[in-house]
Amino acid sequence: MKHFFSIAVLILASTFAIHAGMIDLHLLPKQASLQAVSIDQLFAIYMWATAFVFSLIVVPLVYSLILYRRRKGETGDGAHITGNSTLEIAWTVVPLIAVIYLAYLGAQSLAEIRRIDQTAMVVKVIAGQWYFQFQYPDYGFSSPELHLPVNRQVDLQMTSNDVIHSFFVPEFRLKQDILPGRTTELRITPTSIGSYTVSCAQLCGANHAYMRATVKVDSQQDFDAWVASQKATAGQNPVLVGEQLAQQYGCAVCHSVDGSKGNGPTWKGLYQSQVSLTDGTKVTADQTYLLNSITNPNLQIVAGFSPNVMPQTYGQTLSKDQVSALLAYLESIK
Amino acid sequence: MKKLIPLGLIRGWVWQIIGTAFGVGLVTGIRVLMHLPPWKAEPSAVVGGLFGALFFIYGVGVFDDWILWASGRESPDHGDEMKLGWRRFFGPSNNHKTIGVQYLALSLLLFTIAGIFALIFRVKLAVPGSKLLTPTEYNTLMSLHGIVMIISVLIGISAFMNYVVPMLIGARDMVFPRLNAFSFWIAVPAGEILLSSLFMGGFDTGWTGYPPLSAQAPLGMQMFFLGVSLASFSSILSALNVLATVIRLRAKGMTPFRMPIFVWAAIATSIISLTATQLIGLSFQMVMLQRLLGMGFFDPIKGGNPILFQYLFWFYSHPAVYVFVLPGLGIISELLPVFVRKPLYGYKWVAMSSLAIALAGFLVWGHHMFAAGMAEYLRDPFMVSTLLVAVPTGVKFFSWVATIWRGKITFPTPMLFVLASILVFLLGGLSGPPNATVSTDLQLNNTYYIVGHFHDALYGGYVFPFFAAIYYWFPKMTGKRMSEKLGKLQFWLMVPSFTVMSLLMMRIGLLGMRRRVSDYDPALGFQADMMVMTIMSFLTALGVLVFFINLFLTLKRGEAATGNVWNSRSPEWLVPSPMPLHNYDQELEVVGEPYDYGLKDSPYVRFHGESEDGRNQ
Repeated sequence: MKHFFSIAVLILASTFAIHAGMIDLHLLPKQASLQAVSIDQLFAIYMWATAFVFSLIVVPLVYSLILYRRRKGETGDGAHITGNSTLEIAWTVVPLIAVIYLAYLGAQSLAEIRRIDQTAMVVKVIAGQWYFQFQYPDYGFSSPELHLPVNRQVDLQMTSNDVIHSFFVPEFRLKQDILPGRTTELRITPTSIGSYTVSCAQLCGANHAYMRATVKVDSQQDFDAWVASQKATAGQNPVLVGEQLAQQYGCAVCHSVDGSKGNGPTWKGLYQSQVSLTDGTKVTADQTYLLNSITNPNLQIVAGFSPNVMPQTYGQTLSKDQVSALLAYLESIK
Repeated sequence: MKKLIPLGLIRGWVWQIIGTAFGVGLVTGIRVLMHLPPWKAEPSAVVGGLFGALFFIYGVGVFDDWILWASGRESPDHGDEMKLGWRRFFGPSNNHKTIGVQYLALSLLLFTIAGIFALIFRVKLAVPGSKLLTPTEYNTLMSLHGIVMIISVLIGISAFMNYVVPMLIGARDMVFPRLNAFSFWIAVPAGEILLSSLFMGGFDTGWTGYPPLSAQAPLGMQMFFLGVSLASFSSILSALNVLATVIRLRAKGMTPFRMPIFVWAAIATSIISLTATQLIGLSFQMVMLQRLLGMGFFDPIKGGNPILFQYLFWFYSHPAVYVFVLPGLGIISELLPVFVRKPLYGYKWVAMSSLAIALAGFLVWGHHMFAAGMAEYLRDPFMVSTLLVAVPTGVKFFSWVATIWRGKITFPTPMLFVLASILVFLLGGLSGPPNATVSTDLQLNNTYYIVGHFHDALYGGYVFPFFAAIYYWFPKMTGKRMSEKLGKLQFWLMVPSFTVMSLLMMRIGLLGMRRRVSDYDPALGFQADMMVMTIMSFLTALGVLVFFINLFLTLKRGEAATGNVWNSRSPEWLVPSPMPLHNYDQELEVVGEPYDYGLKDSPYVRFHGESEDGRNQ
C-alpha cells in the first residue's frame, strides 16, 4: 500500500513539474486572432493531459524498474500475476470517457473558430508557384501584401493557379489548403495590430520554402489610409505596376535585381545585354526575348539554368497589360 | 545460364537489363506503329522498369517451380540449401528463415541509405540560407528519405514476421513458401526502381505524392510511383502468407489465446496490409496513368478532383502507420515478460487491443485532411474516430506497466531497447490527440510538430523494437550473441539524442515551423534548435554505425550462444541455436500458457518423445 501512496504522490508532483516546464518553454507563438483564443484553450487542456498521462505511465514504470531490479545473486522469477479484469475494464472505460469528453471539447472549439460574421470583409487569395496575391473586391485593387483591419472578421476566399498551396499564419493558429479549380474558405478575426508572415504550408515545388507574404494587421484608420493609397497608385506608372506584379507573382523569389545568383537569371542590367543560351548561341535580350522568357520560358534557356524550373503558365495567367507593365519594369532595371 | 552464373541475384540483374530493354523496345515499337516520334522518355522508363522487374524475378529463379508445375513436371527437392552456405542468401530460397534474413538485410540496407539521405539534408538545414543543395535536390532527398524508410520498415516487418512467426507457432515453414520467395524478390527491383528516381530528375512532392504537383514533377516521380506499386505486392502477398500460416499451421493445442502475443500483432498487421495496401498502389497508378495517358483523374481542368487522391492515399497510408507499429508493439509485449520474469499482464486484452487498433485505424484517415478542404461535416466524425484509437493504445501501456510491476527485472540490450520503445512510443502517442482535434490540428498540420510526432511513433513503434528483436533473436539466427558492451553503447548514443531531436521538432512545430522546407527564415529564431537537431541526428546515426560494427564483429568472432540465452519459455529457445533447417525435429504440443513465468511446473510446450518432467529422453 505504501508503494501506491508514494507513486500517487510522485505522479502528482511530476504532473505539476512537467506542466510548469511546458508553460515556461512558451510553446506557442503570439496569440493574434479571436480563433487563436479558443484553440489555445484546447492546447492548455492538452498540456495538462499530456503532463498527467506521461507521469501516470512513466512514474510507476521507473519506480518498478528501480524497486524490482534483479539484485546481485538473486534468482527465480517475479510474482505470478496474470491480470485483473476489473482493472482492465477500468483502464479501458475511463480513457474512453475521457476521449469522448475531449471530442466534445474539440467539436465545441471547432464550432467556435468557424463562427461566421455576416459583416466580414471578403478578400480573395490567389496562390501560385510561388506567390500569394490578395484581391480586395470591395475596393477594386489587388496587392502582394495582405492588410487587415483589426477586430473585424475577414473571409478569405482562396484558389490556386497551379498546384495545392496552403495559407498559414502561426499567430492566427489557422491553416487552410488552397486548391486549383476550387475555392476554399478561411475566416480570421485578427485581434492584435502588427506585422506577420503568411507562408505556404503545403509542399508546392522547388521554391516552396520561400513562398511567403507579409500580413499587416492595421488599426481601422491605418487600413483606410492604406486602401486609399492603393487605389490612388493602382494602374498608373507601368514601371511601378510591373514591380508590384513581380512581387505579387513571386518572380522576385528566383530573379534578383542586384546581380546575385538565384534559381533564375538576375534581372540586373539584363535589357539589351548579350545572353548565352544552353545551346551555345548568344542572343540580345530585347523585348521579344523578354516577352518569350515570360510567356514561353522553355524556348530559350540561359546557360547554367535548367528548363521547367519557371512555371509555364504566365502566358495564360497574365493579361496583356500586365505583361507590358512587367516588360517596362524589366527594362528599367539597370 | 543457371550453371554459368551461380548467384540468383546476378542472374536477376542480367535479366533485368534484358527486360528493361524489352520494355523500352515495346514502347518504341508501338509508337512507331502509331506514327508517333519513336522515343519518349516517360512511357519507356515506366514500361521498361515494369518489365525489368518481372524479368528480374524470373532471372533469380523464383518462377522455376511454378513453370515446372504448369508444364506438368515435378519440382526438385530444395532441402539441401544449407550446403550453399552464404550463397543461399543471394538466390531463391523457399525457407522462411533464409527469407527472413534476406528481408532483414534488404531492410537494413534501405534503412541505411534513407538515413544517409536524412543526414545530408540535415547538414543543409543546420544553418539558414545554406547553398549545400538546390531546393529540388533537397526536395528529392527529403522525399526519398520518407518513402525509402517506409519501404524499409515494411520489409523489416516482413523480416520478423517471416523469421519468427513459423517458429513461434511451431510450424516447419510458411504455408506458401514459393509465394514467400516471390514476396521478397519483388521488393528488390522495387527498391532499385525507387532509388533510380534519384538519377531521373528526382521528384519534389514528399512521400505523399499529392497531385497536381506530382502530375507535373520530373520523370523521377514515375519511378517513385512504380517502385511503391511493386513494393505493395510484397506487402500484400506477405500478409496473405502470414494469415494463412497462422490459421493453418499452428502446433497441436495452440488455441488462439495460447498463441505468443507477437503472433496476434502479426495477424492484426497482416489484416491491414492485405486489405488496405491496394489503395496506395491504386492512387499512385492513377497518377501514373494521368501522366502517361492523360487520364484526368485528379486534374481539375478535366473535371478531376485532387482531393480524391488524398482520400485514396490516406485510406491506406494512415492504417499503414499501424502496420509499421503493431509488430513493434508486439515485440515489446513478447520480450517484456522474458526480462521481467512475469506473465504478460492481461494477455487477452493486449491481444484484442492489437485488433482494435487495426480496425479503428481504418476509420481515421480523414484526420490527415482537416486543412485540405474536405467537406466541413466530415471533420467532427473523423475527430471522434481518431481519438478513439487512444483507448486500445492506452490498454497496451497500462498492461506493460502492470507487467513490470513486481517483476525481477534484468537489463540486457534487448530489454533496454524495449524500455526505450515504451518511452518514445509514449511520446509519439501523447503528441497524437492534438492532431485529432480539428482546431488544434489547424495549427499543427504540415509543421515540424507532425514530423516529431511521426518520428516518435515510428522510433518507439518500429525502430527501437526492431533493434530489440535483432539483439534478442540474433543468437537464434547465427548461434552467436551480439556484444552487450557495443549494444549498450548503441543504446546510449541513439536513444537520448533521438529523443531530444524529436522533442525539438515538436517545439518548433508548435511555434509555426513548416515541414518540408528546404530553407527557413532566420527571423523565426530557430537556428539553435535546427543546429542541435542536426547534431542529434548524427549521434543517432553514430549509434546505428555502432550497431553495424557490432553485427560485423559478432559474425566474425562472436561469443557462441547455442542454448536458451534469455531463459525464455518460447518453443524456439528450447531447441539448439542456430535454428535447424525445418525448426522442430519432434512434433510440438502446447500444454500451457505462453507467459507463465513464476509458476512452477507449468511448461508452455512439450515435444513428443519427452518425459513428463520436460527433459528430452
